[in-house]
Amino acid sequence: MKHFFTLLSHEIRMLLVSPATYVAATLFLGFMGLVFTKILEIYSSAPQESSPASVYFQLFWLPACVMVPLLTMKCLAEERRLGTIETLLTTPVTTTEVVLAKFGAAYFLYLSLWASTAGFFYILRRFSGDVRFLDTGPLVGGFLFIAVSGLFFVALGVFASSVTRNQSVAGIFGCVMLAGLILGGNALSDSAWLEQGVLQPLKSVVDYSHVFSHRDEFTRGVIDSRHVLFYVSGTVLALIFSILSVEAKLLHA
Amino acid sequence: MSDSGPAIEVSHLVKTYGGVTAVGDISFTVARGEIVGFLGPNGAGKSTTMRILTGYLPANSGSVSICGVPVATRPGDVKKRIGYMPENNPLPEDMRVSEYLYFRGRLKEVARRQLGPRIDEVLEVCDLKRVRHKIIGQLSKGYRQRVGIAEAILAEPPVIIMDEPTIGLDPHQILIVRDLIASLRGRMTVIISSHILPEIEMTCDRVLIINQGRVVAQGTPADLRREMFGLATYRLELAGDPTALAPALAALDPTFKVAAAGEPDAAGFRFLTLTTERQDELGEALLRALPAPAFRLRALHRIQPTLEDVFLAATRRSWDTVAAPAKASAA
Repeated sequence: MKHFFTLLSHEIRMLLVSPATYVAATLFLGFMGLVFTKILEIYSSAPQESSPASVYFQLFWLPACVMVPLLTMKCLAEERRLGTIETLLTTPVTTTEVVLAKFGAAYFLYLSLWASTAGFFYILRRFSGDVRFLDTGPLVGGFLFIAVSGLFFVALGVFASSVTRNQSVAGIFGCVMLAGLILGGNALSDSAWLEQGVLQPLKSVVDYSHVFSHRDEFTRGVIDSRHVLFYVSGTVLALIFSILSVEAKLLHA
Repeated sequence: MSDSGPAIEVSHLVKTYGGVTAVGDISFTVARGEIVGFLGPNGAGKSTTMRILTGYLPANSGSVSICGVPVATRPGDVKKRIGYMPENNPLPEDMRVSEYLYFRGRLKEVARRQLGPRIDEVLEVCDLKRVRHKIIGQLSKGYRQRVGIAEAILAEPPVIIMDEPTIGLDPHQILIVRDLIASLRGRMTVIISSHILPEIEMTCDRVLIINQGRVVAQGTPADLRREMFGLATYRLELAGDPTALAPALAALDPTFKVAAAGEPDAAGFRFLTLTTERQDELGEALLRALPAPAFRLRALHRIQPTLEDVFLAATRRSWDTVAAPAKASAA
């Protein structure tokens, strides 16, 4: 892993000079700002049971499904389309280092964008002067959920980018995989037909990978190691498949 | 790692893609400090062979070693010993030239302290100083090619592999690249593929011609001419009695033959093509052998087959070899 940090700093730099990053960041911050304003409106009109922080993270899936593919779709697909993967892999770097650096850079940006939304809560606290609005438990839990789940989401995006040389296809594939994981799991867990006795093992798999319930637990302040393990093992698998995918393309180039 | 062995050693290399043989049993060696030209028609297996040499693609069988290091088992060590410029010279569009070279230098493990002066040096050598702060995507083709070459020589590797480095360059830039490659002679081993055959002839010490995945000819351009054409050819514009010509030529060298003769023009001069097995220069002897007034000579020159002719003859010969058994079995 001698070249990992050289590659990582290069990738972050490349993301920071790319206009697409700023478009994605503006859209993301605009959208999350709107969500936050809406929450404040609701809270100012009538008393609510839960804290604004836990409501804020309920819509995490929308930026996850759109932002992550935008940040990752270019990473490996573009290298293969331009042929620069050939010059990259003929230097003393390994495929693993390349994939991990791409993953690291996209994850760094994803986290930075989410972290910048912490400013919303700071502004609320600053101007309302009411400490109850800054409910640190759900806030920390919510950001922790974003950080842990982001690992898996970004890894899926990197995998999508590794299977094709077309950025758009990578973007759509990533979006479909993320929507399938987040929304598909939610739809399945609500369906009654899974309640049948014979489908019980499937039901337990769906429940285990139910992202929305993980979010609820995190924002309640419950950090279950099984959930962390789910995301970490998913990340490792997705990255292994990304590395294999890049290498398989070389074998059959 | 041995320091005295050949720089590149390829033995019985085979590479197939989904049942199609791209490279079939290629063997060759390249000595240290030698500049070798790699010729072949499109689809002959040049790029595939080069990619295998760099460790980018694995071979199906055979062995390749760079400076004594086997590519198959130690690709990481091999990559430290080569500078590679792939076909079409892919470069990142949104980086500045100096930034790109710095990044590549770090990947190639050039020490941070030496990297700045080394980048200045390659920018100077490749005449890129004026564009060092420009974004690569905005550069012209010639500059892009030179960025690729600068990158290949950046870490001063013992072996440089360049796939069509002069493609798309204007004559002035080709001259710069040719001088650049020539300046590496003796210090680095260079292997270049190109379609611009006079380029190869002027730059390379030795030529390897491959076709349909096999080496069909190799040697210096002069050796290849001899091997492919055998006979030396002279072209004359001569007036005089054609029947007296044969004995005069036979007196000079018994293998001299009139290969072709044209019709005489108004002044009585005709074009003659003579061939001989003797390879040494016989121009002056010919002049003496055809004395006035029996013969009047207006022009005489020896025809040197170009590398292009050698290339065409070698590839045609290899196609004939492949086609002959097929025809025989069809009959």
